[in-house]
Amino acid sequence: MIRHIRTVFWRDWIVLKRRLTRYILSRTVSPILYLIAFGWGIGRAIPMKQGNYLDFIVPGIIALNSMIISFNAVGPPLNMSRIYHKTLEEYLLAPISASSYIIGKILSGVLRGLISSVVIIILSLLFGTHLQMNIWFILALVLNCAIFSALGIVAALYMNSHEDMSNFNTYVLTPMSFLCATFFLPSQLPFIMQKVIEILPLTQASYALRQSSLTGELPGTAIIIMLVYLVVLICIGINKMNRLQE
Amino acid sequence: MITVANLTKKFGDRAALDDLTLTVNCGEIFGLLGPNGAGKTTIIRMLTMLTKPTAGTISINQLSLNSNQQIIKELIGIVPQHFNLDIELSARENLELHCRLHNIKAKERNDRIEKLLTFVDLLDRANDMVQTFSGGMKRRLMIARALLHRPKVLFLDEPTVGLDPQVRRKIWELVRRLSTEGMTIFLTTHYIEEAEALCHRVAILDKGKLIALNTPRALCHGIGEYVVEWEENEEIRYRFFPDRTQAGAFCASLAAAVTIRRSNLEDVFVEITGRKVVEKNDSPY
Repeated sequence: MIRHIRTVFWRDWIVLKRRLTRYILSRTVSPILYLIAFGWGIGRAIPMKQGNYLDFIVPGIIALNSMIISFNAVGPPLNMSRIYHKTLEEYLLAPISASSYIIGKILSGVLRGLISSVVIIILSLLFGTHLQMNIWFILALVLNCAIFSALGIVAALYMNSHEDMSNFNTYVLTPMSFLCATFFLPSQLPFIMQKVIEILPLTQASYALRQSSLTGELPGTAIIIMLVYLVVLICIGINKMNRLQE
Repeated sequence: MITVANLTKKFGDRAALDDLTLTVNCGEIFGLLGPNGAGKTTIIRMLTMLTKPTAGTISINQLSLNSNQQIIKELIGIVPQHFNLDIELSARENLELHCRLHNIKAKERNDRIEKLLTFVDLLDRANDMVQTFSGGMKRRLMIARALLHRPKVLFLDEPTVGLDPQVRRKIWELVRRLSTEGMTIFLTTHYIEEAEALCHRVAILDKGKLIALNTPRALCHGIGEYVVEWEENEEIRYRFFPDRTQAGAFCASLAAAVTIRRSNLEDVFVEITGRKVVEKNDSPY
């Protein structure tokens, strides 16, 4: 199983390695814009009880960015591979298990998410944030990347066109980008909305990253919720992959 | 080697394949011939586990497809009709990926890849990206890929569709070489000359039903080895004869200009269905 997970990951690594410099450079654009707009621009006008708005928003930006990168690193290419290029057949015809494929793909999504997060962390330090890096921060980040890679896989296996994939982005990822504790805390929202938003994975990722980077404490509840999301998404992905026969 | 019994596939109410039963022998080149939409690709997809049958059973090497999928995946190689190579990888990387997926040991990989790239005449393009390849090169690379894990059965779905005659003959040559090495080959085609040139036995399909199965010569013998064609009232007419002497005698009785030729699988198909394998109105032009 591990050999096949490595094979699935190897393919994506070969492709990424070929364009690594371009990939890293392109990953700097959005974070710089976020940091300028929300850190220096809007951020300076927002009073905080402790620290500054930049320190508050950077963990949220890392969660948001790693969500988008991990999802898009796996979801749309897999959807194209299944529907248009038919390259998924090479894996379906090979004697490998669905779980090996799913885990290999998640790992490649995690890698891309982490590369992109490292870029943001470096940039945010240059912008003067006070991020505390520790094992809990890294765990929360890896889990966030894994959850959204797995979500990308599930979406790619269920959506039957490129347009449906794009709609999934619009209806699922975009609302999370704005509401899930990236730019403000859900406690400022009406009670029902707050409760709904709090169970979403990106909210938990933002909480976990913020708590671990600002206090150095283990964000236990958030980590458990994220683990549940990951396991459920992996199970859905494996189940769907096993039923891909027409 | 391959046993198919009462195989049926329905998409909604439409039967893409209806109660197919056949056996393919070890080392045989077996062809499925039929027009577009006859159900050829559906059969290959069911035999290769990409499509689930509605009813019926399949076994390969006496192993049931239902309960031995992982073992059977090691026994079969597939060259689909569409190009499903990874365009973000080079030719060598595509083959390397296949080797890894099929558990070929690292020290054997390079040797097998080099040999197969030589076999399909692509060694000089090994490190080029697949997206720069022509259709014929892609098809040959797909054949090389399907052979990497040394399958016992090779499935070829329309292996020469869209290729020029020179490349087509090159692929025929490859298929013959594989057959002489003992591989069982199951191919689909709608090219009459391909079925006649390559296949030891041919099954003719129409609208999801098996309408004939035998060696190409025996199928032609069944309708008459020779055919006389002539024009009458602006219509092409034809008649089959068991030998050339009888066909020649019939020609002498006709006043019109005539053609005598050997019958072919197209004639067999027309005789049974009343239609051609490739109808003129299949083409949009």
